[in-house]
Amino acid sequence: MAVGAMIEVENLTKWYGNTLALEEATFTVEEGQVVGFLGPNGAGKSTTLRILTGFLPATSGEARVNGHDVLLESLAVRSSIGYMPENVPLYPEMRVEEYLRFRAGLKDVPSAKRRAAVDRVVERCWLKEMRRRLIGQLSKGFRQRLGLAEALVADPPVLILDEPTLGLDPTQIEETRKLIRSLAHKHTVLLSSHILPQVEKACSHLVIIADGQIKAADSLDELKRRLAHRQQVVVELRTADTGDGPAEVGRALGQVAGAADVRVEEGGGGWLRATVTPAADADPREGLCAAVGRRGWQLREVHRLAPSIEELYARIVAGEADAGKAAA
Amino acid sequence: MGKVLLLTRREVSAYFMSPIAYVAMALFLVISGVFFALADFRPGAPAAMRSIFDIMMLILIFIIPIVTMRSLSEEQRSGTIETLLTAPVTDFQVVLAKFLGSWIFYLAMLAPTLVYVVLLAAFGNPEYGPVASGYVGLVLLGALYVSVGLLASSLTRNQVIAAVTGFVILIVLAMLGPWIATVVPSRVWIIGVRTLVQQATVRTHYLDFSQGVVDLVHVIYFVALTAYALFLTVKVLESRRWR
Repeated sequence: MAVGAMIEVENLTKWYGNTLALEEATFTVEEGQVVGFLGPNGAGKSTTLRILTGFLPATSGEARVNGHDVLLESLAVRSSIGYMPENVPLYPEMRVEEYLRFRAGLKDVPSAKRRAAVDRVVERCWLKEMRRRLIGQLSKGFRQRLGLAEALVADPPVLILDEPTLGLDPTQIEETRKLIRSLAHKHTVLLSSHILPQVEKACSHLVIIADGQIKAADSLDELKRRLAHRQQVVVELRTADTGDGPAEVGRALGQVAGAADVRVEEGGGGWLRATVTPAADADPREGLCAAVGRRGWQLREVHRLAPSIEELYARIVAGEADAGKAAA
Repeated sequence: MGKVLLLTRREVSAYFMSPIAYVAMALFLVISGVFFALADFRPGAPAAMRSIFDIMMLILIFIIPIVTMRSLSEEQRSGTIETLLTAPVTDFQVVLAKFLGSWIFYLAMLAPTLVYVVLLAAFGNPEYGPVASGYVGLVLLGALYVSVGLLASSLTRNQVIAAVTGFVILIVLAMLGPWIATVVPSRVWIIGVRTLVQQATVRTHYLDFSQGVVDLVHVIYFVALTAYALFLTVKVLESRRWR
């Protein structure tokens, strides 16, 4: 497989009884990447993460983390992962510092270094004032930070975070995102979410999953680029001197090679706005400009509508998967 | 082994933070204290603890499942089982630590009953041999009961169900022998079954301890059955992998 691959998932399938939760999933996460694992609720995100952390076995297929097979070398895999499960389960009767020390011990941090390790993550996750607090008394935001601190305490090469920003307020989400961003390069991060904007800002790569199938897996830029070939082109023009109406404009632009569909509307002040949907893999912009020039119309603007990540996500999940499949 | 100790320490401190554990402890001490006062600590009675040792076999059937019920159930209910089992520890280490934690709490619960020995010594002249062997029996009995309670608690995320399951298994395990002896008619082939059931019953192996006898067979019975219950608990935890 690829050099420097930290997480390799190959044809992973998981059945819960008669329910198919994950179907032939394949993707790779390279060292140092921050990858967003994105999909609607119930798409198979948590299942995949649980298989990677060794909590559940897959029905078939293989997964490797840091070069170790999750089934055959489970302990080695677990040693290289910091895992924060969904909803951050914690022991309410323990104190923050006590819990972190306990977890550091479980994760083979030598006892002489435990204090330093705890100090480091307490600092990093802004838990300083909460060190002596009972976990049962922590607010949601602090619980989330403690979960993150726990995942980081043994300084593992791989971090797997299941919905790390679930239930946080916008300021906390922003802080968490910054923190995760700062972990890149030193750690490989796979974080799941069903909320798009968070992922867009925190991650460089995306794996999109829906109905148990990986729909796309690539860098954010590459995914945007692959979808760009179906980007609509907007042309604003004026026909005042020639007297052509909107219908004529639509007909003329529709004849341009590569234009599949044209919608024309009034843009105000005598300007017309034509939205051209291109045929697959075509870029009709030059043709459109030439056509406008030939008719003697005045051209004010030509631009492509860049797909937003929401649109991207919706299109991929909805199964417009030609872009996604090529990427995966 | 270091990790087992670490986990055990967490278990023990969780017990001492838990109100239910104190309630169970208080209940045990009150009930056993009453029975000690009525059965053993009477004028004219021999300065011994035979009756209270025998009665404790029954009291503990109801106390220990209350002590152990949260052990694995609560981890499953709150989801901490996921962080626990995805740490680099084996299922066996987790179960062993859970067992040791509960057993240590049980021993701490038992410790105040040593006051009875002091009382007997103050007012009479007790024979220390049977008292010591009685406590050996209680330590072993507790190990078995705790491991059964742990097994019950691994089966469900509901603490009440865990406790009741524990009661039922322990009642059957402790009392089936004497019951079957009275119910089953004595035909030759059945006698074999009867002996088998009687030999599998806690009562058969426990009562000798309070009479001052420490028989290796009895010790092996308790140790083996405890190990078996712990083995089953590990298997139940592993079953998440194929369920």
